[in-house]
Amino acid sequence: MMFGLAALAIVVAAIMVLYRGIKGPRVYDRLLAINSMGTKTVILIALIGYMYERPHFLDIALVYALINFIGTIAFLKYRETGRLD
Amino acid sequence: MVDIIEIIYLFILIVCSVAAVRMKDLLSSTVVLGAYSLVMAIIWMDLNAVDVAFTEASVGAGITTVLIIAALSRTTRGEYVPGIEERYKTRKARRLKNGALFIVTLCTFGVLVYGTMDMPNFGDPDAPARHHVADRYIEKSHEEVYVENFVTAILASYRGYDTLGETSVIFTAGVALMMLLRRSKS
Repeated sequence: MMFGLAALAIVVAAIMVLYRGIKGPRVYDRLLAINSMGTKTVILIALIGYMYERPHFLDIALVYALINFIGTIAFLKYRETGRLD
Repeated sequence: MVDIIEIIYLFILIVCSVAAVRMKDLLSSTVVLGAYSLVMAIIWMDLNAVDVAFTEASVGAGITTVLIIAALSRTTRGEYVPGIEERYKTRKARRLKNGALFIVTLCTFGVLVYGTMDMPNFGDPDAPARHHVADRYIEKSHEEVYVENFVTAILASYRGYDTLGETSVIFTAGVALMMLLRRSKS
Protein backbone atom coordinates (compact mmCIF):
# COMPACT_ATOMS: atom_id res chain seq x y z
CA MET A 1 0.00 0.00 0.00
CA MET A 2 2.80 2.32 1.00
CA PHE A 3 4.67 1.58 -2.22
CA GLY A 4 1.47 2.02 -4.23
CA LEU A 5 0.87 5.49 -2.79
CA ALA A 6 4.49 6.44 -3.45
CA ALA A 7 4.17 5.20 -7.04
CA LEU A 8 0.97 7.21 -7.49
CA ALA A 9 2.76 10.34 -6.24
CA ILE A 10 5.55 9.69 -8.75
CA VAL A 11 2.97 9.33 -11.53
CA VAL A 12 1.39 12.67 -10.59
CA ALA A 13 4.85 14.25 -10.65
CA ALA A 14 5.48 12.66 -14.06
CA ILE A 15 2.27 14.22 -15.40
CA MET A 16 3.35 17.66 -14.14
CA VAL A 17 6.77 17.23 -15.74
CA LEU A 18 5.19 16.03 -18.98
CA TYR A 19 3.09 19.22 -19.11
CA ARG A 20 6.32 21.25 -19.17
CA GLY A 21 7.77 18.83 -21.70
CA ILE A 22 4.92 19.34 -24.16
CA LYS A 23 4.10 22.99 -23.45
CA GLY A 24 7.64 24.20 -22.82
CA PRO A 25 8.31 27.20 -25.05
CA ARG A 26 11.95 26.34 -25.69
CA VAL A 27 13.58 23.05 -26.51
CA TYR A 28 15.74 23.25 -23.36
CA ASP A 29 12.63 23.14 -21.15
CA ARG A 30 11.57 20.02 -22.98
CA LEU A 31 15.00 18.43 -22.60
CA LEU A 32 15.05 19.11 -18.86
CA ALA A 33 11.52 17.75 -18.51
CA ILE A 34 12.38 14.55 -20.35
CA ASN A 35 15.52 14.13 -18.26
CA SER A 36 13.58 14.32 -15.01
CA MET A 37 10.98 12.02 -16.55
CA GLY A 38 13.79 9.48 -16.93
CA THR A 39 14.66 9.89 -13.25
CA LYS A 40 11.03 9.26 -12.33
CA THR A 41 11.07 6.17 -14.52
CA VAL A 42 14.02 4.82 -12.54
CA ILE A 43 12.25 5.38 -9.22
CA LEU A 44 9.00 3.93 -10.53
CA ILE A 45 10.76 0.77 -11.72
CA ALA A 46 12.26 0.30 -8.26
CA LEU A 47 8.83 0.81 -6.67
CA ILE A 48 7.14 -1.61 -9.07
CA GLY A 49 9.83 -4.15 -8.18
CA TYR A 50 8.91 -3.88 -4.50
CA MET A 51 5.19 -4.00 -5.31
CA TYR A 52 5.66 -7.27 -7.21
CA GLU A 53 8.02 -8.46 -4.43
CA ARG A 54 10.91 -8.84 -6.84
CA PRO A 55 13.56 -6.52 -5.37
CA HIS A 56 16.13 -7.42 -8.02
CA PHE A 57 14.33 -4.91 -10.26
CA LEU A 58 16.59 -2.48 -8.39
CA ASP A 59 19.54 -3.55 -10.59
CA ILE A 60 17.47 -2.87 -13.70
CA ALA A 61 16.59 0.57 -12.34
CA LEU A 62 20.32 1.26 -11.91
CA VAL A 63 21.02 0.34 -15.52
CA TYR A 64 18.16 2.63 -16.62
CA ALA A 65 19.87 5.47 -14.78
CA LEU A 66 22.97 4.72 -16.86
CA ILE A 67 21.02 4.74 -20.15
CA ASN A 68 19.13 7.90 -19.26
CA PHE A 69 21.73 10.50 -20.23
CA ILE A 70 22.73 9.22 -23.72
CA GLY A 71 20.06 11.21 -25.53
CA THR A 72 20.84 14.32 -23.48
CA ILE A 73 24.55 14.13 -24.32
CA ALA A 74 23.81 13.72 -28.04
CA PHE A 75 21.39 16.66 -27.91
CA LEU A 76 23.85 18.95 -26.11
CA LYS A 77 26.65 18.04 -28.50
CA TYR A 78 24.37 18.84 -31.43
CA ARG A 79 23.47 22.24 -29.90
CA GLU A 80 27.09 23.07 -29.16
CA THR A 81 28.78 22.10 -32.42
CA GLY A 82 25.90 21.64 -34.85
CA ARG A 83 26.96 18.09 -35.69
CA LEU A 84 27.48 14.81 -33.90
CA ASP A 85 30.70 13.35 -35.30
CA MET B 1 -2.86 -0.02 -7.61
CA VAL B 2 -0.61 -1.19 -10.45
CA ASP B 3 -3.66 -1.20 -12.74
CA ILE B 4 -4.39 2.47 -12.01
CA ILE B 5 -0.77 3.40 -12.73
CA GLU B 6 -0.87 1.41 -15.96
CA ILE B 7 -4.05 3.16 -17.15
CA ILE B 8 -2.59 6.59 -16.36
CA TYR B 9 0.60 5.66 -18.19
CA LEU B 10 -1.30 4.46 -21.27
CA PHE B 11 -3.08 7.84 -21.30
CA ILE B 12 0.29 9.64 -21.02
CA LEU B 13 1.50 7.49 -23.95
CA ILE B 14 -1.31 8.78 -26.17
CA VAL B 15 -0.65 12.38 -25.11
CA CYS B 16 3.09 12.00 -25.86
CA SER B 17 2.56 10.50 -29.31
CA VAL B 18 -0.03 13.11 -30.36
CA ALA B 19 2.25 15.91 -29.11
CA ALA B 20 5.25 14.45 -30.97
CA VAL B 21 3.27 14.30 -34.21
CA ARG B 22 1.81 17.82 -33.88
CA MET B 23 5.05 19.66 -33.06
CA LYS B 24 6.58 21.72 -35.84
CA ASP B 25 10.08 21.75 -34.31
CA LEU B 26 11.59 18.36 -35.14
CA LEU B 27 14.17 18.55 -32.33
CA SER B 28 11.42 18.99 -29.71
CA SER B 29 9.52 16.16 -31.37
CA THR B 30 12.57 13.90 -30.96
CA VAL B 31 12.87 14.80 -27.29
CA VAL B 32 9.18 14.04 -26.68
CA LEU B 33 9.60 10.70 -28.47
CA GLY B 34 12.28 9.86 -25.88
CA ALA B 35 9.68 10.40 -23.16
CA TYR B 36 7.31 8.15 -25.12
CA SER B 37 9.88 5.36 -25.00
CA LEU B 38 10.41 5.75 -21.26
CA VAL B 39 6.65 5.56 -20.64
CA MET B 40 6.43 2.51 -22.89
CA ALA B 41 9.27 0.88 -20.92
CA ILE B 42 7.30 1.37 -17.68
CA ILE B 43 4.28 -0.32 -19.27
CA TRP B 44 6.41 -3.30 -20.37
CA MET B 45 7.75 -3.45 -16.82
CA ASP B 46 4.19 -3.57 -15.46
CA LEU B 47 3.49 -6.47 -17.81
CA ASN B 48 6.53 -8.26 -16.29
CA ALA B 49 8.40 -8.21 -19.63
CA VAL B 50 11.71 -6.99 -18.24
CA ASP B 51 13.83 -7.79 -21.32
CA VAL B 52 11.44 -5.98 -23.67
CA ALA B 53 11.41 -2.99 -21.32
CA PHE B 54 15.19 -2.96 -21.42
CA THR B 55 15.28 -3.02 -25.21
CA GLU B 56 12.65 -0.29 -25.39
CA ALA B 57 14.61 2.01 -23.07
CA SER B 58 18.02 1.46 -24.65
CA VAL B 59 16.91 1.45 -28.30
CA GLY B 60 13.90 3.77 -28.11
CA ALA B 61 15.13 6.40 -25.66
CA GLY B 62 18.88 5.97 -26.24
CA ILE B 63 19.98 5.01 -29.73
CA THR B 64 16.96 6.24 -31.72
CA THR B 65 17.28 9.71 -30.20
CA VAL B 66 20.97 9.83 -31.11
CA LEU B 67 20.29 8.61 -34.66
CA ILE B 68 17.46 11.10 -35.26
CA ILE B 69 19.60 13.95 -33.92
CA ALA B 70 22.43 12.82 -36.25
CA ALA B 71 19.96 12.88 -39.16
CA LEU B 72 18.74 16.36 -38.12
CA SER B 73 22.30 17.65 -37.94
CA ARG B 74 22.79 16.59 -41.57
CA THR B 75 19.44 17.95 -42.83
CA THR B 76 17.25 20.67 -41.35
CA ARG B 77 15.59 21.14 -38.01
CA GLY B 78 12.23 22.64 -38.95
CA GLU B 79 9.25 21.10 -40.65
CA TYR B 80 8.01 22.69 -43.90
CA VAL B 81 5.27 25.18 -43.01
CA PRO B 82 3.24 26.66 -45.89
CA GLY B 83 2.83 30.43 -46.06
CA ILE B 84 -0.39 32.20 -45.04
CA GLU B 85 -1.75 32.62 -48.58
CA GLU B 86 -1.00 29.08 -49.61
CA ARG B 87 -2.58 27.85 -46.39
CA TYR B 88 -5.74 29.84 -47.02
CA LYS B 89 -5.98 28.61 -50.61
CA THR B 90 -5.71 24.95 -49.71
CA ARG B 91 -7.72 24.93 -46.50
CA LYS B 92 -10.78 23.33 -48.08
CA ALA B 93 -8.73 20.68 -49.90
CA ARG B 94 -6.86 19.90 -46.69
CA ARG B 95 -10.08 19.53 -44.74
CA LEU B 96 -11.38 17.11 -47.38
CA LYS B 97 -8.16 15.11 -47.26
CA ASN B 98 -8.18 14.97 -43.45
CA GLY B 99 -11.80 13.80 -43.46
CA ALA B 100 -11.03 11.01 -45.91
CA LEU B 101 -8.01 9.94 -43.85
CA PHE B 102 -10.12 9.95 -40.68
CA ILE B 103 -12.70 7.66 -42.28
CA VAL B 104 -10.00 5.24 -43.54
CA THR B 105 -8.35 5.15 -40.11
CA LEU B 106 -11.70 4.55 -38.41
CA CYS B 107 -12.44 1.64 -40.79
CA THR B 108 -9.01 0.09 -40.12
CA PHE B 109 -9.56 0.46 -36.37
CA GLY B 110 -12.93 -1.27 -36.68
CA VAL B 111 -11.43 -4.17 -38.66
CA LEU B 112 -8.63 -4.59 -36.11
CA VAL B 113 -11.07 -4.59 -33.19
CA TYR B 114 -13.21 -7.15 -35.04
CA GLY B 115 -10.07 -9.27 -35.51
CA THR B 116 -9.28 -9.29 -31.78
CA MET B 117 -12.75 -10.57 -30.83
CA ASP B 118 -11.86 -14.23 -31.55
CA MET B 119 -8.63 -14.09 -29.56
CA PRO B 120 -8.35 -15.79 -26.15
CA ASN B 121 -8.44 -13.60 -23.04
CA PHE B 122 -5.35 -11.69 -21.93
CA GLY B 123 -3.06 -14.02 -19.95
CA ASP B 124 -5.27 -17.10 -20.49
CA PRO B 125 -3.11 -20.18 -19.63
CA ASP B 126 -5.13 -22.43 -21.98
CA ALA B 127 -4.54 -20.28 -25.06
CA PRO B 128 -3.31 -22.28 -28.10
CA ALA B 129 -0.14 -20.18 -28.36
CA ARG B 130 0.95 -21.50 -24.95
CA HIS B 131 0.55 -25.17 -25.89
CA HIS B 132 1.82 -25.35 -29.45
CA VAL B 133 5.49 -26.14 -28.81
CA ALA B 134 5.98 -24.67 -25.33
CA ASP B 135 5.10 -27.93 -23.55
CA ARG B 136 7.80 -29.81 -25.35
CA TYR B 137 10.40 -27.12 -24.64
CA ILE B 138 9.51 -27.16 -20.95
CA GLU B 139 9.45 -30.95 -20.55
CA LYS B 140 12.18 -32.16 -22.92
CA SER B 141 14.67 -29.32 -23.44
CA HIS B 142 16.89 -30.43 -20.57
CA GLU B 143 17.39 -33.97 -21.88
CA GLU B 144 17.59 -32.90 -25.52
CA VAL B 145 20.11 -30.03 -25.36
CA TYR B 146 21.40 -30.13 -21.74
CA VAL B 147 20.83 -26.43 -21.08
CA GLU B 148 19.36 -25.34 -17.74
CA ASN B 149 17.52 -22.26 -19.03
CA PHE B 150 14.63 -22.76 -21.51
CA VAL B 151 15.06 -19.39 -23.14
CA THR B 152 18.72 -20.02 -23.85
CA ALA B 153 17.92 -23.52 -25.12
CA ILE B 154 15.27 -22.17 -27.52
CA LEU B 155 17.36 -19.27 -28.80
CA ALA B 156 20.69 -21.05 -29.14
CA SER B 157 19.62 -24.57 -30.09
CA TYR B 158 16.03 -25.04 -31.32
CA ARG B 159 16.12 -21.77 -33.23
CA GLY B 160 19.88 -21.71 -33.72
CA TYR B 161 19.80 -21.00 -37.46
CA ASP B 162 17.27 -18.22 -36.90
CA THR B 163 19.54 -16.61 -34.31
CA LEU B 164 22.56 -17.00 -36.61
CA GLY B 165 20.63 -15.25 -39.41
CA GLU B 166 19.55 -12.41 -37.12
CA THR B 167 23.08 -11.92 -35.84
CA SER B 168 24.55 -11.82 -39.34
CA VAL B 169 21.90 -9.30 -40.46
CA ILE B 170 22.74 -7.01 -37.53
CA PHE B 171 26.47 -7.45 -38.12
CA THR B 172 26.09 -6.58 -41.83
CA ALA B 173 24.00 -3.52 -40.94
CA GLY B 174 26.64 -2.39 -38.44
CA VAL B 175 29.50 -2.79 -40.92
CA ALA B 176 27.54 -0.95 -43.63
CA LEU B 177 26.74 1.92 -41.22
CA MET B 178 30.41 2.23 -40.20
CA MET B 179 31.42 2.40 -43.86
CA LEU B 180 28.75 5.04 -44.60
CA LEU B 181 29.35 7.26 -41.57
CA ARG B 182 33.15 7.26 -41.36
CA ARG B 183 34.76 10.65 -41.63
CA SER B 184 36.50 11.34 -44.93
CA LYS B 185 40.18 12.36 -44.90
CA SER B 186 39.69 15.46 -47.06
